[in-house]
Amino acid sequence: MLESLTLFGQTLMYTLRDVSPIIIILVLFQVAVLRRKPPNIGGIVTGSVMVLLGLALFLIGLDQALFPIGETMARQLTEEARALVGAVQWEDYWLVYLFAAAIGFATTVAEPSLIAVGLKAEEVSSGAVNAGGLRIAVAVGVAVGVALGCFRIVTGTSLLWYILGAYVVVIVQTFLSSRMIVPLAYDSGGVTTSTVTVPVVTALGLGLAANVPGRSPLIDGFGLIAFASVFPIISVLGYAIAADWLQRWRRRREHQEVEL
Amino acid sequence: MLRFALAMAKRILGAVRDLFPIIAVIVFFQVVVVREPFPDVASVAVGLVCVVVGLALFIQGLESGLFPLGEALAQGMAQKGSTAALLALAFSLGFGTTVAEPALIAVAAEAAEVAAEARFIGYSQASQDRYALELRVVVAVAVGLAILLGVLRILKGWPIHRFIIGGYIVVLVMTVFAPEEIVGVAYDSGGVTTSTITVPLITALGVGLASAIRGRNPMLDGFGLIAFASLSPMICVLGYGMVS
Repeated sequence: MLESLTLFGQTLMYTLRDVSPIIIILVLFQVAVLRRKPPNIGGIVTGSVMVLLGLALFLIGLDQALFPIGETMARQLTEEARALVGAVQWEDYWLVYLFAAAIGFATTVAEPSLIAVGLKAEEVSSGAVNAGGLRIAVAVGVAVGVALGCFRIVTGTSLLWYILGAYVVVIVQTFLSSRMIVPLAYDSGGVTTSTVTVPVVTALGLGLAANVPGRSPLIDGFGLIAFASVFPIISVLGYAIAADWLQRWRRRREHQEVEL
Repeated sequence: MLRFALAMAKRILGAVRDLFPIIAVIVFFQVVVVREPFPDVASVAVGLVCVVVGLALFIQGLESGLFPLGEALAQGMAQKGSTAALLALAFSLGFGTTVAEPALIAVAAEAAEVAAEARFIGYSQASQDRYALELRVVVAVAVGLAILLGVLRILKGWPIHRFIIGGYIVVLVMTVFAPEEIVGVAYDSGGVTTSTITVPLITALGVGLASAIRGRNPMLDGFGLIAFASLSPMICVLGYGMVS
């Protein structure tokens, strides 16, 4: 009991240390530049305390429950695949791709910063952007990205070609989609890679690079986070374009029916 | 008090729903694929309860604390009308949230190791530490400048895609010339600057600014700061790898 209390205190201190520069900057600008009290200061203070406590609890829970399992499973799965084969055949690792996609999807759905951005987008667009739909679109992007990233580690192909291809797709999609969704889609690339996803995905990449013969963790182990940041942009833009086309097609059909 | 309890209960239900996929994936692979006894069920269960309560508290606090604070500040700054003060706030928020970011500290240490392995720098701990610290400051300055540029974009109403596509081209060109060992670390560093507290706050700042300035649309102009903050570290780490 005492032990877990110390752990909680320690994590709380770490969280406080991370947050303190932000708080100092905010207070400084509020006091020195604006020279007035923010409205509803009580709500802001209790809210901030809740954010701190919540984040500390969340991190402790992750450390206790999810990260050990995620990392052990990443290792076990990659080791199993290694025991299977002599020469490297990329199909032998299909279980790893499946695990990568599943864990990428699941961790993204639970990512607190994505939840926050989803709430904000729903509020600002007055409901046109659905927070749940946005999160699922982003999670699908991360799932595809991480699975493809594992394929790249197994085959040892160059990171540049994948990123180049993904960037070209993003650029083409940007010109096809409605202007309103573009900034949010670009943002969704950065929000996926926070507290939950990064540790599990990094462990997966390093474990895979260490276990596949002929791969070096230093050169091949990185890059999964990059995949997890680009593919959500593609999936969100793709979802928006598809929804747009569907709506236009429906409207045209209704129009035709009226004419008939 | 009752209203608070009701709100928290709703948040906790939401958190359970959010975490369900993770639990399902882990149980499925553990039972069907790995087929090994589950390690330490009790500690996992306690951990999951912590995660659920923590997530619920975090989201509730976000809505009642951080979002209003970010928006009030953005609106106050917009009304004051001093561009210099606003840009100073943007830069210091970007720099301040990045320089102490745990994920960045980890990536910088890794990059130093890679550099030592490739013999760019001496193998000693001291030279690795210096390299890592320099890299952190470089990235933090880059994120500060990125948020500053992003806020300037909101003020002027410039379309975002020109910046992002331009940034992509810079990244690709630099990749060709940068040493191979640094490329993976550099690409991954784009994700490290966007932590769980920074993202909601920066988003609230951008959206608050775009709503307060006449002629700006919060959807069109308010989002995009995070995208700037994730692109600039890639360019910086690549550049740092080329120079040193």
